[in-house]
Amino acid sequence: MATLTFKDFKSDQEVRWCPGCGDHAVLAALQRALPKVSQALNYDKERYVVVSGIGCSSRLPYYMDTYGFHSIHGRATAVSTGIKVANPWLTVWQACGDGDALAIGGNHFIHAIRRNIDINIILFNNRIYGLTKGQYSPTSKFGAITKTSPYGTVEHPFNPGSLVLGAKGTFFARSLDVELKLNEEIMTAAALHDGCSVMEMLTNCVIFNDGAHKDLSDPAVKADHTIVLRHGEKMIFGKDRDRGLIYDGKKIRAVHIGEGGFTEEDILVHDAHTDYIGLHMALADMKGPDMPVALGVIRDVKDITYDDGVRDQVKDVMAKSKIHSVDELLHSGSTWEVK
Amino acid sequence: MQHKVIDAKDVVIRFAGDSGDGMQLTGSLFADMSAIYGNGLSTFPDYPAEIRAPHGTVSGVSGFQVHIGSEKVSTPGDFCDLLVVMNPAALKANAKWCKRHAMILVDEDAFDEAGMKKAGFTTDNPFVELGVEDRTLVVAPITTLTKESLKDSGMDPKAILKCKNMFTLGMACYIYSRPLEYIYEYLEKKFAKKHPEVIAPNKKVLNDGFNYAANIQAIPNTYTVAPAEHLEKGTYRNITGNQATAWGLLAASEKSGLSLFCGSYPITPATAILEELALHKSLGAKTLQAEDEIAGICTAIGAAYAGNLAVTTTSGPGLSLKSEAMGLAVMAELPLVVVDVQRGGPSTGLPTKTEQSDLNQALYGRNGECPMAVVAAHSPAHCFDAAFQAAKIALEHMTPVLLLSEGFLGNGSEPWRIPAMADYPDIKPPFVRGVLPEGEKFKPFERDPETLVRRWALPGQKGFEHRVGGLEKNHAGVLSTDPANHALMVAERAEKVARIARDLPELALLNGPAAGKLLVVGWGGTYGHILSAVREIGDVSYVHFDYINPLPANTEEVFSHFEKILVCELNSGQFADYLRAQFPGRRIEKFNKVQGQPFLVSELVAAIQKEM
Repeated sequence: MATLTFKDFKSDQEVRWCPGCGDHAVLAALQRALPKVSQALNYDKERYVVVSGIGCSSRLPYYMDTYGFHSIHGRATAVSTGIKVANPWLTVWQACGDGDALAIGGNHFIHAIRRNIDINIILFNNRIYGLTKGQYSPTSKFGAITKTSPYGTVEHPFNPGSLVLGAKGTFFARSLDVELKLNEEIMTAAALHDGCSVMEMLTNCVIFNDGAHKDLSDPAVKADHTIVLRHGEKMIFGKDRDRGLIYDGKKIRAVHIGEGGFTEEDILVHDAHTDYIGLHMALADMKGPDMPVALGVIRDVKDITYDDGVRDQVKDVMAKSKIHSVDELLHSGSTWEVK
Repeated sequence: MQHKVIDAKDVVIRFAGDSGDGMQLTGSLFADMSAIYGNGLSTFPDYPAEIRAPHGTVSGVSGFQVHIGSEKVSTPGDFCDLLVVMNPAALKANAKWCKRHAMILVDEDAFDEAGMKKAGFTTDNPFVELGVEDRTLVVAPITTLTKESLKDSGMDPKAILKCKNMFTLGMACYIYSRPLEYIYEYLEKKFAKKHPEVIAPNKKVLNDGFNYAANIQAIPNTYTVAPAEHLEKGTYRNITGNQATAWGLLAASEKSGLSLFCGSYPITPATAILEELALHKSLGAKTLQAEDEIAGICTAIGAAYAGNLAVTTTSGPGLSLKSEAMGLAVMAELPLVVVDVQRGGPSTGLPTKTEQSDLNQALYGRNGECPMAVVAAHSPAHCFDAAFQAAKIALEHMTPVLLLSEGFLGNGSEPWRIPAMADYPDIKPPFVRGVLPEGEKFKPFERDPETLVRRWALPGQKGFEHRVGGLEKNHAGVLSTDPANHALMVAERAEKVARIARDLPELALLNGPAAGKLLVVGWGGTYGHILSAVREIGDVSYVHFDYINPLPANTEEVFSHFEKILVCELNSGQFADYLRAQFPGRRIEKFNKVQGQPFLVSELVAAIQKEM
């Protein structure tokens, strides 16, 4: 097998996202992650299928020189599911937006997670409908002023992490578009995860929701407003690496190390592999101003996958059944002869 | 009274009761037993949408009609020779289906004041009220007799009452001289594992019913219906349309060498296809019960892209939900079979009743210029061949195909001479082979110049990486909004479907001369009824369409020899309108019925004779 590089995953199509759009960086991270994944798992390029729905981010399959399916609005997850069940040998990546996956495609999204089908979902969350030019999405903040909410929305947004974990997701990670290295790391972990992996990418929309995540991505505040979680590492964050998360007996809290009697000893160590979903839920739910927003792989646990289940059941029934051809099927049960 | 045994050519029996009375089972058992006995057979389950509608009410009546004959029979029969009713509501709902000399068998115990009131009778004689007092009435205390029969069985009173249908079935078996062995075997098989204790009581109550009927004087004559003699030699089985559809798809899977994938959401009356496919994993079938109708078709589209024989099954309202995704399959030019078991519409409509009113939706129900091949099944057993052909067209022409079935076909059953798979053709999808020359890219929408079919490269094939999707593309698979390209692709997609006609059998006359004043036309599940009607009339010409889009290539030629065409269908004239659009200037008349019920042969005869 030839070693694959970044270039092998770049198609000859001109990338038509707006200059400055966060999607460029996510695409670049994916094109950098897949060669590493291919090496780690011994995959050839033809094994990848990239699926998408409708929206700006859903143009991604055209920019990948892999098998690709640009489907219809909201349905990428269902198409991905069909591909993976039909041929579990394929490795399926999916690009979808917050409107695509969480509004029109919400049903397929939660059910894919419930089934734990082995697909890798990159959820581009810019909290806006970009391709239709600026309407609020299911992740727009309460009160968001958009073209369809000129006086502000009066509805609460989804936190995709809570939704994924509420559906008992086995893998959830979150990151910012600009975090190229972290994103490569997350995508590699998602590829290695056997089951439904959801990667929420907080992306900027320069045209319709500029600064969508600047309270997290602005270099001046990023270190204090976010925490990067890595399995087995202490939950420490802050510009001066002097803050951390502790469990006070009731809830997770952010503290200053060395203040209020808290030492580094008290800081929690991230366990992405624990079955205890409540802990991951608490981490995924963290938000400012009191808490940092969690980035990195928040949950990564093993469970049976849907595609394995389907395949194994077919094998099992084949081994036990007496019917192995359509002729045998047609003659099974009650029949009679006309002579 | 002198008891006579009469040799009947054919008889129609209708079992009717509360939806919890087990009438569907009773009817199916009678039908299966008659099939194995060698009779010609056709069945028609007619039941409400509610699982247990209000007890004793007319809306909750469930019926099962079975027509058996000493020759092949084509329809479940218009009117019945024996009506079995388990309560007053069943009598009220079904008395109109009795022949002039019919026998009506009733459970006297259910005809108490409360039961009569619930059914809405206003006098104390329901037979007079319904005008059927002159039929042969067999009024038997079936509930009491069942209780008596099973008093020492150790069964609880509720379970005993559930055996009433077996007592009734025993009586029907006496009246039509049916051997009970088949039902014994059925009971033994069905309950051997889980409830062996109920086998003996059920056999007993069946026997007691049989003997009771033999002993009372109320049944003047009994009948025999000899096994059909002129049937083609071979091994036969009884089969429902939904089962045959599932099996036809499995046959196509075997003949194409592709695994079957079915993504579906449960919906009446199509669910049994999904259930049947789920049973046959030993033939490699994968079934995915999706979260909704849209996921059903979209998982199937994904499976098609990955190289499976992809199927989704549904009924009218579900087809509406799948519209956008069908457009995607048309645009991506992927093989897909969409099965629509039609029911009364619009909206939720009449879920358990039959209709042919989804034809327009099948032909036109998508945005854009969106041609899809449409195939229709014409009898329960024909669902096998129709499903096989639908899959063959889809796989060889790289197109989604809509297979129209009907509730009447899906739930109905008939004997079927089991075919040999060796007699079915192989299915050869246009797979790409080999490797592309260095530096060359695969052009996914490049077409075969003869058929306009594109080639199929499966993910996993080295060097053929390409993208498909809902956006317009050029032959190279590159997005294009070029006006000329769009016009070309629209025309090519339409022409590709039109050229399927080259692979279709010609339209053949099923009755009557090849030229004349009147040609009767049908499509889909009305086949048996129309065939019976034209045979009864004699020399009237008749053709039946199994292929709706494209139409058989000789359609115009066949039509050209007739002055007038009469299209009979169970909708307001959708196929007739379609034919009028295709053949302007031809005189095309309509005979329609939209009652959620099949045609009656008698009304067809009258309608056809009026046009002659």
